[in-house]
Parts: sequence; C-alpha cells; structure tokens
Amino acid sequence: MGWPFTSANVLRKDGKMSSQEENIKIRTSGVTVHYGAAQALHGIDLDIRANEVTALIGPSGCGKSTFLRCINRMNDVIEDCHFGGKIEIDGEDIYSGEIDVVELRARVGMVFQKPNPFPKSIYDNVAYGPRIHGLASSKDELDHMVETSLRRAGLWQEVHDRLHTSGSGLSGGQQQRLCIARTIAVDPNVVLMDEPCSALDPIATAIIEELIEELRSQYTIVIVTHSMQQAARVSQRTAYFHLGHLVEHGDTDRIFTNPANKQTEAYISGKIG
Amino acid sequence: MTDRGPQKNDPIRAARQAQRLKKRYRKERRFRAFGMSAVLLATGILAFLMTSIVYTSIPAFTHHNLTLDVTIIAEEVDILRDDQGLVTNVDANWLGFVRTALRDSFPEVTSRRDKRDLYKLLSIGAPDAVRDAVQADPNLIGQTIQVRLPLSDDIDLVMKGLIDRNLPETDRLVSDRELAWLDKFIAEQRVSENFAIQLFANGDSREPEMAGLKGALMGSLLTMLVTLLISFPLGVLAAVYLQEMAPKNRLTQIIEVNINNLAAVPSIVFGLLGLAVFISFFQLPRSAPLVGGMVLALMTLPTIIIATRASLASVPPSIRQAAMGVGASRLQVIMHHVLPLAMPGILTGTIIGLAQAAGETAPLLMIGMMAFIVDTPTDVTSKATVLPAQIYMWANNPERAFVARTSAGIVVLLSFLLLVNGLAIYFRKRFEKRW
Repeated sequence: MGWPFTSANVLRKDGKMSSQEENIKIRTSGVTVHYGAAQALHGIDLDIRANEVTALIGPSGCGKSTFLRCINRMNDVIEDCHFGGKIEIDGEDIYSGEIDVVELRARVGMVFQKPNPFPKSIYDNVAYGPRIHGLASSKDELDHMVETSLRRAGLWQEVHDRLHTSGSGLSGGQQQRLCIARTIAVDPNVVLMDEPCSALDPIATAIIEELIEELRSQYTIVIVTHSMQQAARVSQRTAYFHLGHLVEHGDTDRIFTNPANKQTEAYISGKIG
Repeated sequence: MTDRGPQKNDPIRAARQAQRLKKRYRKERRFRAFGMSAVLLATGILAFLMTSIVYTSIPAFTHHNLTLDVTIIAEEVDILRDDQGLVTNVDANWLGFVRTALRDSFPEVTSRRDKRDLYKLLSIGAPDAVRDAVQADPNLIGQTIQVRLPLSDDIDLVMKGLIDRNLPETDRLVSDRELAWLDKFIAEQRVSENFAIQLFANGDSREPEMAGLKGALMGSLLTMLVTLLISFPLGVLAAVYLQEMAPKNRLTQIIEVNINNLAAVPSIVFGLLGLAVFISFFQLPRSAPLVGGMVLALMTLPTIIIATRASLASVPPSIRQAAMGVGASRLQVIMHHVLPLAMPGILTGTIIGLAQAAGETAPLLMIGMMAFIVDTPTDVTSKATVLPAQIYMWANNPERAFVARTSAGIVVLLSFLLLVNGLAIYFRKRFEKRW
C-alpha cells in the first residue's frame, strides 16, 4: 500500500525543512485558533510540499478540519473565531492585510465533506467560478474551461450530453466529482479536501482517490480524512492531530509503518479514536 | 439475532405486549380523531361563514331595469361639437325626458304628490342612462327610443322578493299604488333583471343601486402598490443586512428585538404615526393612497423582515461554503446563491404581509381614508378609500339594499385577496429550486 516515496528523507522528526530543497508550498508556524474561549488549535507548525498529497488524520474534534479551513481563511466568517500565528503560501503571509480573501480562495480551492453542487445546471456549476473571476473572455473559452475541468475531474464522459441538466440530479459520487471540477475550474494551485469521500460508497471513493492521485501532478492537495486506509492510499505525507496539537507528521509510509509517537501508533492501529 | 428466544415465548409477556400495543394504537386513533374533528370544526365554521356571505351577496350582483320609451326632443338638446364637427358632449334636461315618459305611461296620474311617487319608481341614476345612450349615438336625438332605466332600490328589492308584498302597507317600504304601477310594467314585460354593472363601474353613492366598488378597488390597488414598492425593497434589504452582514452585537440585538415587537404593535398606532408624521409634519395630502400605502408599509415591514430572515437562515450553509470556496465575495454569495434560494420564502412573507395590509382599516381611519368618496382615484395623491373601509361604510348605511351590497363588497375583497395569493403561489413555484 501507499505510493512510492517522493522524498529522500524518510525519518525526519522535527519536520522543518528549508523551502529550497523541499519545494515547500504552504508553511504554517504557530497557528492557533480560538472559538470564543475554547482553543481549538495549539501552535501548529507544518510544512506542506507542492505537488504532494498531505493527509491530516486524527480523532473527531482534534482540529484537523479547523486547520484545513485556516488555509483558505474559511474560518473568517465564523463569529468568535480568532486566528493566531502565520500561514505562508509561496512565501506570502495569507493573513496579512494585503491579501484579498476572495482572491486567496480562488488560489486555494476547497472540496467539502458533503457534495454541495449549486442548484443550477452542471455547466453553470463549473462555469460559476470562471465567470465571477472573469477568467473567460468568450463563450467558447468558457465552454472549453468547463470541458477541461470536467475531463480532469473524470466526469466528462458521464455528463457531456446533459450539461444543462441540474447538478443535483447526479449520484453522490458524481456530485462530488462535479464539486472537484468546480474547484479546479478557477485554476487554483492548492486544493483542500475536507473528508471528500465520507458520504460516498466504496466504488465512488475509489474513483475520487484515483482522481486525487492524478490531480497531484498539478496541484498541492491537503486532505482531511477519517479513513486511515485512505490516508495511506492517497497521501505522500501524513500529519496526525490530537486535541488541537500536531502530534506527528512525516512521510506516510513511515507514519503508518513506524510511528515515532505512542499516540499516533495507538490511533493508526485502531486502539483509540 | 439476540438470544432472547425463551422470553419471547413467555405467554404472560406476550399478552402484556399485545395489550400495550393495543393501547398504543388506541391512543393514536384517539389523537387522530381529535385532530380530524378540529379540522372539521374549523372548515365547518369557515364554510358556514363563506356560504352565508356569498348567499347574502347574490342579490347585489343583479339589478332590475325598466325599459321605457323616452322621447328625445331635439330642440331641448344642446350639442357640443369639436373642430371636425364630431359630437363631444350633449346636454339636456334628461330627468325631464324620463319623467315625461313615466307620466305618459300613466296618464291618470295628475296630482303633484302622485307624480312624485311615480318618479320614485326609478333610480336617480335613470337620467344618466338616457344621457349615455344619446352620447353614444347622437343620431337618436329627435327620436323616441327604448332605454333600459334602473329601478329604485326598494322596487328592485320587491322584484327580488326581499320586500314582502303580503305585509300590510304600513309595514312596507313600498306602497300599494307603487306596486300597482310596477305590476302594470311587469305585465307589459318592461321589467328585466340584468347584471349590476354599476357595482363595478361606479364609485360610491348614497343610493344603493348606484353605489359601486370601482373607487375603492382602485384605491386599494394604488395603496397596495405604494405599500409593496416601499416595504418590499426596504424589508428585504434590512433583513439581508441583519441576517448576512451585520455584526452580532448589542445594537443589532436591540434592533432585532424591536423589529419582532413591531409586528405586535396594534395597527391603529401606525395610523396615529401616519397622521402625526406624514400628514401633520410632512404635509402630505390627507385621504391619499400615498399616505395610506406608507402607513401600511410600516405595518408590513416587520412581517417581511421576519419572513425574509427566516428564509435566509434556512438556506443550507453548504451552498454558502461552496460559493465562498470558489472565491465568491460575500455580496456574490448573497446575490447569486442565498437570495435566489430564499426567494420563495421571501415572496410568501411579502404576500402574507400585503394581504394583511389589504384588509386593514384601523390605521386608515386616522389618515382620512374612511371617507365618502365618489370619484375614482387616478393617482396616489387623489382622495381615495379602500375596499375594507368601503365595506364598513356600506354596512353602516340604513338602506336595505346595502345589506347585499356589503356582502358583495366582502366577496370582491376576498376574491381580490385570493387572486393575490394565487399570484404568490405562481411566483413561488417559478422561483422554487431543488437542492
């Protein structure tokens, strides 16, 4: 199980690497999140490398989704949610005043737990992003973008003859792929996935996992998952969260075969969580 | 799958279980019966009310007319012509023509008093019918024409059987002599029952047979238009801001509580406010649909705001997240996704608010819209009354014929509301989307 190593460093405990040698896409340092008085994240330092899949695992309520949502600032809209620390994407601090949140979210796309297509046609679902960002200058260009995105999401074959029917008429797995197509239509360089397969059956899950592996060549992918097998199958790097702390992270194969931390070992072997 | 086999076969346990089950079913049946009787009672009362109103209103939709041979004496008609020589207006003593025609029918009536009684057979609207006929076709001048003239309200009631001929003359609104004249006309087949176009074509009048709803309908329509134009955009914008954009702090909380309280303020208070602010302070015209609409808009605002907020809140958060996830700005999320999905609910709230406003009289009392106004309003600043006010005023009139007219007014008002609600359902269905 697992994909071939992409990194020469198998056993690295501090997780800190310089961006030149490791091609760091996202660097977080000392990330804390408070929901009102409750602290959800306690100083997360994590480097996420480009063109890799990083899996965030951990028991429910451990803060992995919160962390994921910090990366495209989706937590901004939650009342009483306070962010501390620093997140850099390509060396740029995304919480600095100069960053436009809307523009950031176009660069950092997100796929959600439950498939959530807009109550519009399949075409309009995919075309929505390019439209609001003015990415296409003509109808042909937009058509082309929609087709490319649907092809990349592996949905084109199934829907090309009914692009103008409602997106909610698709099956759950198809809907989720539609959401992925919608996300990549705005050409982000990071794709965040929050348990994208938890509402899907094993066959649909397998298709999405294959898709994730294909997308890896073009995007940096961060995926939150409850399924250890899924983390092992799709990711190159794994980070284990527990009670708002980043307990351990490193190459997936190493985490799953030789975890350094007792807690990690207990979780991945099914003793807790 | 569980190994509770032996217990299942226990006869005592099984009997108890069966009893419990029976009891449960009994309870459910009882509950269902209560529910059904509640529904039956409610619909029964409503059906009774509706039937009695509709039944009472039926006579108002027809009126009896007398067909008389009226001679239009050419020398007595003034004709006004425009540059092209077309007739623009005709003027004459139409009442005189009608009276002559009546006298000619009964040459034996000679005394002044008798003649006056004879004239009372016809409505005071009768001369207008002659004028309208001549105006429509000026070639009739100088001829003797057959014109259908409305009978007076009491005679009409006799024809409809609402005044009993068999009562002693002293207890009756119509004298024996009048009945004799009427009978002669009936024998000559000059009396006919026709649709009462006056009910919809005329404004208010002191004479029941001439009184119509046109003015009140137009007044209601203009008032509702003003109400809609003010309360819909204002209410939706306020609700969107409060629900989607406003920070959750003490100030917005106070505003929220007050909006909810506003929905419970007695409507007459809004009327007082309209009188004090719009009429006294801003010097806006009295009795005008403009002011009425503004007052009713204030009254409708909380309904619309509350309904809009509720339907905004019921839009699934996943849709907002999806839109934000592809980089839509807050305004784009609202305009492209949340508002369209909330539209059916918003429209329902608006229609409920407007229907409430359309049936409202109390606030309009204070700003002078409960008034006897004959002319049909043409714009929002002309004097007007509204349907419910018209119904109330008719109900206060002593003439017997106003009883049916009042019910007819109610039927028209209800049809108006039904129409509006039907429209609302149509729009709802058009905007509704599945997700």
